Amino acid sequence: MGELRLMKGNEALAEAAIRSGCDAYFGYPITPQSEVLEYLSREVPKRENINMVVLQAESEIASINMIYGAAGAGKRAMTSSSSPGISLMQEGLSYIAAAELPCLVVNINRGGPGLGTIQPAQGDYFQATKGGGHGDYKLIVLAPSSVQEMADFVRLGFDLADKYRNPVMILADGAIGQMMEKVELFEQQPKSGTIPKPWATTGKTKDRERNIITSLHIDPKEMEKINLRLQEKYREIEEKEVRYELFKMEDAEYVLTGYGLGARICKKVVELGREKGYKLGLIRPITLFPFPKKVFAEIANKVKGILDVEMNAGQMVEDVKLSVEGKTRVEFYGRMGGIIPTPEEVLEHFEKTFLKGE
Amino acid sequence: MDETIVKTEEQEFLEEDICVEENLVYRKPKTLTDLDLHYCPGCGHGVVHRLLMEVVEEMDIQDKVIGVAPVGCAVFAYNYMNIDMQEAAHGRATAVATGIIRVLPDKLVFTYQGDGDLAAIGTAETIHTCNRGENILIVFINNAVYGMTSGQMAPTTLPGMKTTTTPFGRDVKMTGYPLKITDLVAQLPGTYYVTRQAVNTAGNVRKTKKAIQKAFQYLQQKKGTCFIEIVSNCPSNWKMTPVEANKYVEEVLIPFYPLGDIKVPKEENS
Repeated sequence: MGELRLMKGNEALAEAAIRSGCDAYFGYPITPQSEVLEYLSREVPKRENINMVVLQAESEIASINMIYGAAGAGKRAMTSSSSPGISLMQEGLSYIAAAELPCLVVNINRGGPGLGTIQPAQGDYFQATKGGGHGDYKLIVLAPSSVQEMADFVRLGFDLADKYRNPVMILADGAIGQMMEKVELFEQQPKSGTIPKPWATTGKTKDRERNIITSLHIDPKEMEKINLRLQEKYREIEEKEVRYELFKMEDAEYVLTGYGLGARICKKVVELGREKGYKLGLIRPITLFPFPKKVFAEIANKVKGILDVEMNAGQMVEDVKLSVEGKTRVEFYGRMGGIIPTPEEVLEHFEKTFLKGE
Repeated sequence: MDETIVKTEEQEFLEEDICVEENLVYRKPKTLTDLDLHYCPGCGHGVVHRLLMEVVEEMDIQDKVIGVAPVGCAVFAYNYMNIDMQEAAHGRATAVATGIIRVLPDKLVFTYQGDGDLAAIGTAETIHTCNRGENILIVFINNAVYGMTSGQMAPTTLPGMKTTTTPFGRDVKMTGYPLKITDLVAQLPGTYYVTRQAVNTAGNVRKTKKAIQKAFQYLQQKKGTCFIEIVSNCPSNWKMTPVEANKYVEEVLIPFYPLGDIKVPKEENS
């Protein structure tokens, strides 16, 4: 068993960055995730043999472009921010996805739009899963719903990023970032990961051609070819990297679904509902891209309905609907602006929506 | 073809006799690729590309150098320089260079940026990179106009100068003043060597090369940020011949952007 600690989500994430062999963290303070930069600034200098760059940048725009440089140089690089800061990074993310640079970006989602609120929300689902910046590209998006997963998904995220040469986003929210839970920490991983990066710009030696990191392909034929290759990569990711959790689905008549904090609330709703005799189950998407389409498609004919619960105006619910292709009823319940729905109000909404008149 | 190319009464010279190292006047450095430059006739970019790559070859640092290309006319710089390079988003070259030098501190990293890239959209990155004293060389090509997008006002466009977005001449009351960013970064403690050069005459070309050599030496010694502004031309968008454009550099631009070192290392100053 690994080392057990009681930690905040943001701190577990930062500790996991060190242990994942991350070479460089660039970030800019923003609530509710400033603990990541603070933890790394405090902890890294204390550690022997951890030669990790931790730099406070002048902006999120600078952070993401520092990531571009460091990832292009073949190193494990990451940044973290919250919603408005992540918006500032979208240009850089588009370039990073286009240049196929592996890196990790963490969004501790707060309420929006605009400056919004510092309370937890899930309004950035579309931005995270549908591209976010300009052009046709995808991030691999991981949605932790516990402090344990905040740590584990850093290592997983770096490994997936390196494997597919693709940016990975951890999409959590202010509550997952701020709350404290028991976490089992994994052992220190090798610096820079284990996958060789012969494409990196490390200085042209005589025995190889020069390496160029670019997203510019002015010839449309060439640009289309690259787009097709990227799309092929995204299909492969959809094929191989889908992750989700099922809870009490064996005999479920109705399905609750949500991600991150939403899924934790849904788990409680399932328990409360079962106490009242309703056969409820939960599907929790862990990868938001690739979205677990198949599991929804498979249960669509077997259940009476799906209630999607999110802390937004209804974003993931669109992917649920696309997945079930009209074969079952899909309803939505959400709160916005940093309000966290209670299990009781969700259950009440479920009863009102699905059971009234039964 | 006859192998004999030069004949005198006494002696026959073969090509291999003539093309020997001691007779060589000029040779394209191997650190430049064979691709034809896309720059307009008379443009200063080609000259600066060559100078940079000459220095890289002469100092034998090809395996140490990593360049960062901008958005602007030099967006394709990586096609011509036979070194590892990264192409940055518009204005972000020095942030990208920061990312590289921080994880590869023993490499020699330079950015190559135009006036719009460095002194308009990328001003924050430029100033903060210099202020952190990142151990990189920033090569700043200032021709007072946006070249790639065909002739709009730059942050360095002179008062009264006509561009496609200042068709009646730059009115500073409306558009603000030309930004002398090189003088600005010279004030920052992070910069080690700040100079302004030009490539409009043979003499200036030689001085620019010297500045580049010095800068790479300072990078090797990890002295901090080196910043070289090169006052350049844009015959196409200035609607001038190359000769007229270089004359304009001499008579109009240089008086406004005077050449010479702005900040030199203290130990060399004394």
